[in-house]
Amino acid sequence: MSVRRLAPAEVQPASFAFSPENEAWAATVIAKFPAGKQASAVIPFLMRAQEQEGWVSKAAIEAIAARLGMKLIRVLEVATFYTQFQLAPVGKVAHIQVCGTTPCMLAGSEAIIKVCKKRIAAHAHELSADGKFSWEEVECLGACVNAPMVAVDRDTYEDLTPESFAAILDAFERGETPKPGPQNGRVGSEPIGGATVLTDPGLDDGSFRINIVTAAAAQPKNG
Amino acid sequence: MAKIKIDGREIDVAPETSLLQACEAAGAEVPRFCFHERLSVAGNCRMCLVEVKGGPPKPQASCAMAVRDLRPGPNGEPPEVFTTTPMVKRAREGVMEFLLINHPLDCPICDQGGECDLQDQAMAYGVDTSRFAENKRAVEDKDIGPLVKTVMTRCIQCTRCVRFTAEVAGTADMGLISRGEDVEITTYLETAMASEMQGNVVDLCPVGALTSKPYEFTARPWELAKTESIDVMDGLGSNIRVDARGREVLRILPRLNEDVNEEWISDKTRHVVDGLKVQRLDRPYVRVAGRLKPASWSEALGAVADRIGANPKKTAVIVGDFATAEELYAVKSLADALGIVDIDARSDGSKIDPAWGRGAYRFNATIAGIEEADALLVVGSNPRLEAPVLNARIRKRWRKGGFPIGVIGEEADLLWAYNHLGDGPTGLARLASGENGFLEVLKAAKKPLILVGNGVTTRPDGAAVLAEVAKLAVAVGAVGDDWNGFSVLHTSANRVAALDLGVVPGAGGRSTDEILAATRKGEIDTLILVGADEIDTSGLKDRFVVYLGTHGDKGASAASVILPGAAYTEKSGIFVNTEGRVQLADRAVFPPGEAREDWAILRALSALAGATLPFDSLSELRAKLAAADPAFAEIDTVAAGTSEDVIRLAGLSAGQTDGRPFVGVIADFHLTNPIARASKTMATCSRLRAGQLAAAAE
Amino acid sequence: MLHDRDRIFTNIYGLKDKSLKGAMARGSWDGTKAILEQGRDWIIDQIKASGLKGRGGAGFPTGLKWSFMPKVSDGRPHYLVVNADESEPGTCKDRDILRNDPHHLVEGCLIASFAMGANAAYIYVRGEFIREREALQRAIDEAYDAKLIGKDNIHGWPFDLYVHHGAGAYICGEETALLESLEGKKGQPRLKPPFPANAGLWGCPTTVNNVESIAVSPTILRRSAAWFSSIGRPNNNGTKLFMISGHVNKPCVVEEEMGIPFKELIEKHAGGIRGGWDNLLAVIPGGASCPAVRADQIMDAQMDFDGMRAIGSSFGTGGLIVMDKSTDIIKAIARISYFFRHESCGQCTPCREGTGWMWRVLERFAKGEAEPAEIDMLFQVTKQIEGHTICALGDAAAWPVQALIRNFRPVIEERIAAAKAARRVAAE
Repeated sequence: MSVRRLAPAEVQPASFAFSPENEAWAATVIAKFPAGKQASAVIPFLMRAQEQEGWVSKAAIEAIAARLGMKLIRVLEVATFYTQFQLAPVGKVAHIQVCGTTPCMLAGSEAIIKVCKKRIAAHAHELSADGKFSWEEVECLGACVNAPMVAVDRDTYEDLTPESFAAILDAFERGETPKPGPQNGRVGSEPIGGATVLTDPGLDDGSFRINIVTAAAAQPKNG
Repeated sequence: MAKIKIDGREIDVAPETSLLQACEAAGAEVPRFCFHERLSVAGNCRMCLVEVKGGPPKPQASCAMAVRDLRPGPNGEPPEVFTTTPMVKRAREGVMEFLLINHPLDCPICDQGGECDLQDQAMAYGVDTSRFAENKRAVEDKDIGPLVKTVMTRCIQCTRCVRFTAEVAGTADMGLISRGEDVEITTYLETAMASEMQGNVVDLCPVGALTSKPYEFTARPWELAKTESIDVMDGLGSNIRVDARGREVLRILPRLNEDVNEEWISDKTRHVVDGLKVQRLDRPYVRVAGRLKPASWSEALGAVADRIGANPKKTAVIVGDFATAEELYAVKSLADALGIVDIDARSDGSKIDPAWGRGAYRFNATIAGIEEADALLVVGSNPRLEAPVLNARIRKRWRKGGFPIGVIGEEADLLWAYNHLGDGPTGLARLASGENGFLEVLKAAKKPLILVGNGVTTRPDGAAVLAEVAKLAVAVGAVGDDWNGFSVLHTSANRVAALDLGVVPGAGGRSTDEILAATRKGEIDTLILVGADEIDTSGLKDRFVVYLGTHGDKGASAASVILPGAAYTEKSGIFVNTEGRVQLADRAVFPPGEAREDWAILRALSALAGATLPFDSLSELRAKLAAADPAFAEIDTVAAGTSEDVIRLAGLSAGQTDGRPFVGVIADFHLTNPIARASKTMATCSRLRAGQLAAAAE
Repeated sequence: MLHDRDRIFTNIYGLKDKSLKGAMARGSWDGTKAILEQGRDWIIDQIKASGLKGRGGAGFPTGLKWSFMPKVSDGRPHYLVVNADESEPGTCKDRDILRNDPHHLVEGCLIASFAMGANAAYIYVRGEFIREREALQRAIDEAYDAKLIGKDNIHGWPFDLYVHHGAGAYICGEETALLESLEGKKGQPRLKPPFPANAGLWGCPTTVNNVESIAVSPTILRRSAAWFSSIGRPNNNGTKLFMISGHVNKPCVVEEEMGIPFKELIEKHAGGIRGGWDNLLAVIPGGASCPAVRADQIMDAQMDFDGMRAIGSSFGTGGLIVMDKSTDIIKAIARISYFFRHESCGQCTPCREGTGWMWRVLERFAKGEAEPAEIDMLFQVTKQIEGHTICALGDAAAWPVQALIRNFRPVIEERIAAAKAARRVAAE
């Protein structure tokens, strides 16, 4: 954690409004909660504002506070407490979140961060010279068996090496969206080279299906 | 009741009592920072840890656990709590060490020094060395307005201020932003706090993070002489402590009185202090050839006495809001002796007639009674501005729920939710006719509270509207033997005393507005203003006006003779608050220069005017007052009115009401009297509120 | 080794059809109505009898937790809240359930909510799991479309299931912090009592369960409590998703029998230790908050609650962080301390002040810039945090540091001595 402040006034937009699609979405979020409990929507709203604008501005905080009938300070508390909220502009093409926690560190996240420092900016949360990229080290992103990994926008890039990570940056640079997930050939969290379990065909042909409740109910009928 | 054993001592307490309070009841001291009995329980400082027998093998936060949460022993023995065991001692030392590792050692330059909970408890529960070899954390200071200074590195994040502004004040000014060791107390982007009672966060802050900005680096607590007194900034009569050094009042703090102000005071009460020092009238003046010239007391008093003596019947008196009961009695006695009938202490033009009976003009429900009420109707009042601390009591009740509130009058942000039922008398009539359903709410309530403000009483049709309100109160069952919910909120500190003592026009006499008009027309030779500034002084300059008061304000500038008196901190006197509570203020300092206590001035004047008042000392005066009305001898008790008074008022035919909306009587909260208008602090607050100052953050 | 027949998460890798159709073909939603027809008490009794312990780390018996909910509503609605705020380093199983096998969870939510008298449930997914949230929402939408859930569904228990999310705060995995967050506030844990079963979400009776705990419950009820409790050993029943990260040849997630020997788990599924068994230095057996143990301590241990307790650690979520001899163990634990300092909510004193203190001292230890006496001092600081905080994050932050000192003290002492020697040389 470091002290979290809103971005300086010169980069703050004058106003914020949800796009028409997000406005429609907002109504569905509020509908998830009982009447009068609309404050529950504050995190999804701030997140959607961030998705829409790239970061959470002062104007967005104030618009969302008004929308949800919350005091400004309460929304500011939320915006500064949750570290996924970017309180200043991030790279226009990609903001790279490198997991630096121990499992990723053991698997080489420090080398990934080195690439970030070299390719993007010397310090976290700094924009690259062309404004396209920024990076930060984040805490565990929950993909420990696919370490090291980074998150970009909605996707994760896993089982990285400095080389495969550099290739991902190259792809973003070219305006492509690189293929997310493990970069070492596996599909997900199965052991590389193939799963050691869940290979029995009985799983798929229904022969393992058991239901004692329905079986018991059926039994008397069968005599 | 539940039994519990504290350090081996068995006591009986209510089951919902917190362990912390139970420990205190048993005489066991439990240190704390975040806990405050008037705020929600945060349990975050972890200083109040105690050991619970049979509980988990770790200490428990005693503030956050109730006696009923503990299980009895295997044979039904009462649960046991320990506050002195090694486990508890270690826990306290540990927490204290954590609190201190990032706390600056700047006690020598900290305004909290000498009255700092952290300092005291570090002495009692801390260890004498530091093991912390890392760099200490520094936190940026925040600009949160002109009243509260911040030194945020000292903050221990107890969140008392956050809870106060959210819960008691209702403005939710403050918050704890960010996370972990980087959390910071602040207002929203350092905007100035909006509460009229924000100064209380300074008292609540257990360390020197929030201190009084106007009082910054002024004095150490042990240098101060402390005097118990009563506030005069509104009709509540908040109990205060006046701290003075030598002849100078340096600060005002609240005193605890559960029935009046609990332990809060408004910012005006607290920060009007600097107004006591400037613009003071410190010697008599007499106007000569159009200009006020310094004069001796005998010259000034002689000039007044001569003028009165020439034609006492053409003398009039208007008494302002700060006069003590003794002064009111003295003025009234003098007027009676001289045959003056043009006398009025209702300088705001109030239409209340003391002949209606005491119940007709008191806050009959009592201030503490607000918490018993189960519905509220506010008519012609903005309690947030007229009595912020009383408003906090309304908010306290509202927060408990089951407290529907209707407001007829200006639609202001009152810090609690309400139904706006109209702007003026028509709204009242609509309510009374059952049109909007709130009548049923009031009728259904067991203890409905009907709060009437000066927005009603000072109107030309004030008597008629007040009678309508009384009628409604009677109709909804608010006025009975067990509960009298008809409650008048006065803004003047001693109006109830003035009415009780009958400081109103005598037979055929003129009221305030009539006196002023008659003076302008020359029908009155001598107008004596006893601390009356909240009047229209236009057209008085060419008349013979005597101003007895403290500040070079409106009244003084219109005066021909100025008799310098004593401010409320400079005299001993009785004040009767809006509910009729008789309270005694003590003198903290002497009046400046040649200024004298007002009663003595009146006594001297009476002798020169040939109507010597029958007392030579304040105690003699007080004895006369008590003889005239024994209620004034019953200090700290409420001299109550009766429900019959309200019923009589309800039957009063006082003419027609007009349709104009009720207007707030306080245009500028911070500048309602001469002392406040002399205060730079109040002026700053006023400008800030008016939006003339840029937001504190900028 | 567990037979595939006895695995609950049949598509944990997402290699098969993730749709409702695929899940149903593998047994999900089979006879759910019949299960509900057995009644609330039966369901709770079965879960109790199965020996299922909460899979979120604390290991509280799930059936018992469900039984704390009021039997009869006092007018307040009841809620089930599913904790999918999986954020502890070393733990990444719920992610796979959410993205690959979510129908178990959706069905479990219906059954658990029915058993606790809740007509609505919220699944709180950590903010960073965006694709996972999308996959879960797809599964819920499919269930709604098939009328498996919803106000008017084929099971006869009106039930709405909502996905909510956080925004980057590990502390929201603490159940009361999660509830605060779900109410739109900062994730600061609440004081207990009152417990959520009495006053939880919006002051209503609420039960908060881990994703895996809820997701395994339909299969337990279908296969019987006896089946589940026959797997593993007493007090450590059933199957469990293990996560093996760090210095193994094939890091992976795998569902195995509780109590599986450590060696077998690593050999069979994770391809062994990088560089061979002799190269093993240490293991954090259940997620970052669990005490790290030395190779010799864990080599013959059984992977379950009792097995890990026996070696002075804890089973946590079953997320093993394996460290070989190339690891700087001080630095590895310092990074965990950094994590807890970053994730402390800042509410209560010992955690707010203590987590930063511990991290800073460990950073110095890693460089050897310390005095030997500071080792004991640091241990005392951990003891001043442990047991003194509002929630368990203080304990979680203290334990790894205590374990480092307990199990790897010579490493710290050597580091300090070496740095001292180096400074002396430099000075000369």
